[in-house]
Amino acid sequence: MSLLDTPLWDVLVGSFAGDVWERILPAVIETLYMTLLASSITLIFGLILGVVLTVANPNGLIPLKGLYTGSGWIINCLRSLPQMVMIILMIPVARLFFGKSYGTNACIIAIAASCIPMYARIVESSLLEIAKGKIEAAKSVGSTNFQIVFRIMLPETFPSLIRGFMVAVIAIISMTALAGMFGAGGVGDIAVRFGYQRFQHDVLFAAVYVLIVLVQFVQFIGNFTSRQILKRRNLV
Amino acid sequence: MEQIGVSRDDHPRDDHPEDDHPEDDHPADDHPATRKHKAKDEFIRIVNLRKSYLMNGVKVEVLKGINLSIRKGEFFGIIGFSGAGKSTLARCINRLETPDSGKILISGVDILKLSKTDLRLARRNLGMIFQTFNLFEAKTAYKNISYPLEISGVSKTNIRKRVLDAAELVGLSDKLNAYPGGLSGGEKQRVGIARALVNRPDVLLSDEATSALDPQTTLQILELLKDINRTTGITILMITHELDAIKYSCDRMAVLEDGVIIESGSVDDILGNAHSYTGRLFAKVFFEFKKSVALSDGAGI
Repeated sequence: MSLLDTPLWDVLVGSFAGDVWERILPAVIETLYMTLLASSITLIFGLILGVVLTVANPNGLIPLKGLYTGSGWIINCLRSLPQMVMIILMIPVARLFFGKSYGTNACIIAIAASCIPMYARIVESSLLEIAKGKIEAAKSVGSTNFQIVFRIMLPETFPSLIRGFMVAVIAIISMTALAGMFGAGGVGDIAVRFGYQRFQHDVLFAAVYVLIVLVQFVQFIGNFTSRQILKRRNLV
Repeated sequence: MEQIGVSRDDHPRDDHPEDDHPEDDHPADDHPATRKHKAKDEFIRIVNLRKSYLMNGVKVEVLKGINLSIRKGEFFGIIGFSGAGKSTLARCINRLETPDSGKILISGVDILKLSKTDLRLARRNLGMIFQTFNLFEAKTAYKNISYPLEISGVSKTNIRKRVLDAAELVGLSDKLNAYPGGLSGGEKQRVGIARALVNRPDVLLSDEATSALDPQTTLQILELLKDINRTTGITILMITHELDAIKYSCDRMAVLEDGVIIESGSVDDILGNAHSYTGRLFAKVFFEFKKSVALSDGAGI
């Protein structure tokens, strides 16, 4: 069904048809797979990098100017690349790891390269917001730097880390859609092949629904958990 | 010159004429009376402590050679207006700030010469409470108090016992499951005190601990600190800008102005023999005292 020859309402109704969803379901699963895997990788490495940035900050626990400026510079470089350029740039890297430059796994490298630096910056800004006094209190009872990071800084900023992570997950979802153009499959691939190349706008609409629901769901989960935690801590 | 048995009345005594004793300008450890006690019960000794900050590229000296000596088990107050450097001084003692030069001896051990590991262990012996309480909002009151024990590897059953003891000491046994976000200012400071005391330190540093509290809560907290000082024999060093707080609780005091200690000695002596600078503070206290008399009909400080 195309908007070129069918009224909008009919296309809208048609986008809920069974055959459209049969076609799109495998793509949804691919998108979920990419999002889940890329989010986990982003979470782990983003957290590590964010903690390193905070700790090595000139005013941080272990000021290491070289490490701080070095990693900051690399992060800025990676972040300055638009997502599409990053995907193209990572094609040879993906080939090196997986032997092929397309497919869901290959695109995860590009997503990680683009979203890890972003989440690292979010983690850094969350951790920097922690009241300096709390860290001094932790120091004054004889905490090691390791204990300050893992027993004070991360738990204290947990709600804001969750919200930041949801921003990253949504960026990842949008990037999986873009990666669809470059052979990664998923909902984005469906949108391009059916919506753009074949004018099958009912399929395009279905892809749009999936993305909207996905993002709303992610945002809801993030807001809900972070709010629950704040409530339990009597902070809202 | 110590504790000459003057009742702590609310007015500075007038029987000392305005004779500027040369001793008054000397730091405590040059004081003849203090020197006499030195060998016996000097516990914390600060020698020629200096600290400066870089502010917009300009070096600002905050502490200009502090000399101070504090005895074991005493409740010592340091007073000064904001910017006098009193907070910096307190934070140098457990090395939250690193001084430029000088010595801080606690039972003869120079805190400034300790290695990182030794400093960490030494800090467990130096409890600290803060103006902004600085509680961990992610932890319940219980977990806040138990945290210092958890990181020093005390066994679980022992932790429980000591946390409950500390909570009882500060009168907070019924609020242990609450998060700091749900506690009042006074309760928060009680958690802070319990957290600072749970390691059973020899020294408690109080950095403006009552300045964020209302007058009534301030009194309760001061009363609690006095009580703890009496029952446990802990040495308390209280930094404050409220002379009332010092009058209420301290044995001896020092007056810090512009990075130098301009007076130190027993609270009664300093109150009775006001240097011009201290006089300025007194004027303020009198003013506030008059207000509090009007408010509470003399029941207050």
